[in-house]
Amino acid sequence: MITKDEIRNMAELCKLNISEEEIERFMEDFSRILQYVDRLKVMDTDGVKPTYHIMSGTQPLRDDVVKDSMSREDVIKNAPEEQYGYFKLLKVMD
Amino acid sequence: MDIIELSAMEMKTKLKNRELSARDIVEAHLERIEEREGELNAFITVTEEKALEIADKIDRKMKDKEELGILAGIPIGIKDNIITYGIKTTCASRMLKDFIPPYESTVVERVIEEDGIILGKTNLDEFAIGSLTDTSYFGATRNPVDLDRSPGGSSGGSTAAVKAGEVAISLGSDTGGSIRQPASYCGVVGIKPTYGLISRYGLVAVANSLDQIGVSGRNVLDAALMLEAIAGYDKKDSTSVDMGPVNYLENLKEGIEGMKIGLPKEYMNIDIEPGIKDKLMKAIKIFESLGAKVEEISLPNTEWALSTYYVIAASEITSNLSRFDGIRYGYRAKEYETLDELYINTRTKAFGREVKRRILAGTYFLSNKHVEEYYKKALRMRTLIKEDFDKAFEKYDIILSPTTPNLPFKQNVDNDPFIMAKSDIFTVPVNLAGICAMSIPCGHIGKLPVGLQIIGDRFGELNILKAGYAFERHSSIGGDK
Repeated sequence: MITKDEIRNMAELCKLNISEEEIERFMEDFSRILQYVDRLKVMDTDGVKPTYHIMSGTQPLRDDVVKDSMSREDVIKNAPEEQYGYFKLLKVMD
Repeated sequence: MDIIELSAMEMKTKLKNRELSARDIVEAHLERIEEREGELNAFITVTEEKALEIADKIDRKMKDKEELGILAGIPIGIKDNIITYGIKTTCASRMLKDFIPPYESTVVERVIEEDGIILGKTNLDEFAIGSLTDTSYFGATRNPVDLDRSPGGSSGGSTAAVKAGEVAISLGSDTGGSIRQPASYCGVVGIKPTYGLISRYGLVAVANSLDQIGVSGRNVLDAALMLEAIAGYDKKDSTSVDMGPVNYLENLKEGIEGMKIGLPKEYMNIDIEPGIKDKLMKAIKIFESLGAKVEEISLPNTEWALSTYYVIAASEITSNLSRFDGIRYGYRAKEYETLDELYINTRTKAFGREVKRRILAGTYFLSNKHVEEYYKKALRMRTLIKEDFDKAFEKYDIILSPTTPNLPFKQNVDNDPFIMAKSDIFTVPVNLAGICAMSIPCGHIGKLPVGLQIIGDRFGELNILKAGYAFERHSSIGGDK
């Protein structure tokens, strides 16, 4: 059974703010989700290799060649806040 | 002649024979969009001006006797989680509601190269997470077959637009059934190609080991045409595979005499609406009459597919959606005093409920304490599920199943997400195994369409196209257009 504190902890890890009311609802949802996925535990998977990726082991390499990239103007267009052609952010270091 | 009722292939031919101009085709479809959008809401953005501009360019090319691409003159819808340079790409989320991409996705690049005409960006569940197209920040899409019902999801906009004649063909994405399930619910053909056949460069990733861009059309030939246009290796996607040129259109009419078809016995134990089972049985009779050999097979790990999928998908969603932080692009909360608050308030305000639930679940499955018992466990189960298919495809060319165990859900009622998830039972294993599958209409119950799923091995697209084409011609619902 998942606790309220566990949910608060998860929310903190994934940078979400969850209200008390939402915690209640998530707890209910979670107990169903876990019931659903806990079924997997009865399966014996000792010695079975995990499949992270269907194409595992085939990552091709390429030469590192300088090419044109996205235009600075296009990129900065989407910035929620910008100044002097840079992304604007709070001061993160003193 | 009603232009919007023509198949994509017919539009192409009529353009070539000068019976129609590209402008005629585009104007007819824009008019149709104008007419139907009020009730359907299949589009988030309609790119009217740009579409007419391209149409005129194609007509000029025709006049100058320049060679045209294979999608020349065909009106196309693009799911709004596929990046379009200079055209808003929202993922149906508040997070990206004003995002104008500074680059082009490879599939859209190919559509443009082949002279396809993009009419706009279609609606989806927020970040393609959902199966009803009802969690969109821009409102739900309705099913053109029955406006009280959902078109399915998450590619509900792309599919509804094709069904309603707003476009001839469309691109969608399929992580656990998001092209095939709506195709089934709307009565069109939808294909989820093999993982690696089509570049995902520019597809906004949600679960990148499962995601695949695919197509829908009103018949097999139209879908095959679009598939042929976009398939192939792309150096910008290191998971795409170089298989050489594909020749689907040339070869899909070969017939299916002697084709070996497997029918998983485990699928028959699943709770399927009785009418849907009847349609499957009738389809099997048609395949047999066409010279295919149908035999019962076993996919013993079927019952674990949904749980396995849920864990892997949620884990990957958590990881992928962590990039949305409100800094370089997308939504940024107005109120914050620290950097941490900026992240938290941005993500809390801009993600919808279902997206948050998946992010939280994935965080749990990936957390130090639980990663072995959930995430790693699911990855091991994935291996077993994949091996079931590998074994089946040693002996069989295709596998048949219903696309969904049920008919389309009512839209705008409080649907239980767990019942929704169960409707993915036949589609999810295909993504876990990285193989290909098509949903093709196989009849109706009342006015509601039923879909047949034809599953093929990795890069076995030609087999599912051949089977789909042969089936469509010999069942009473499709046609050779």
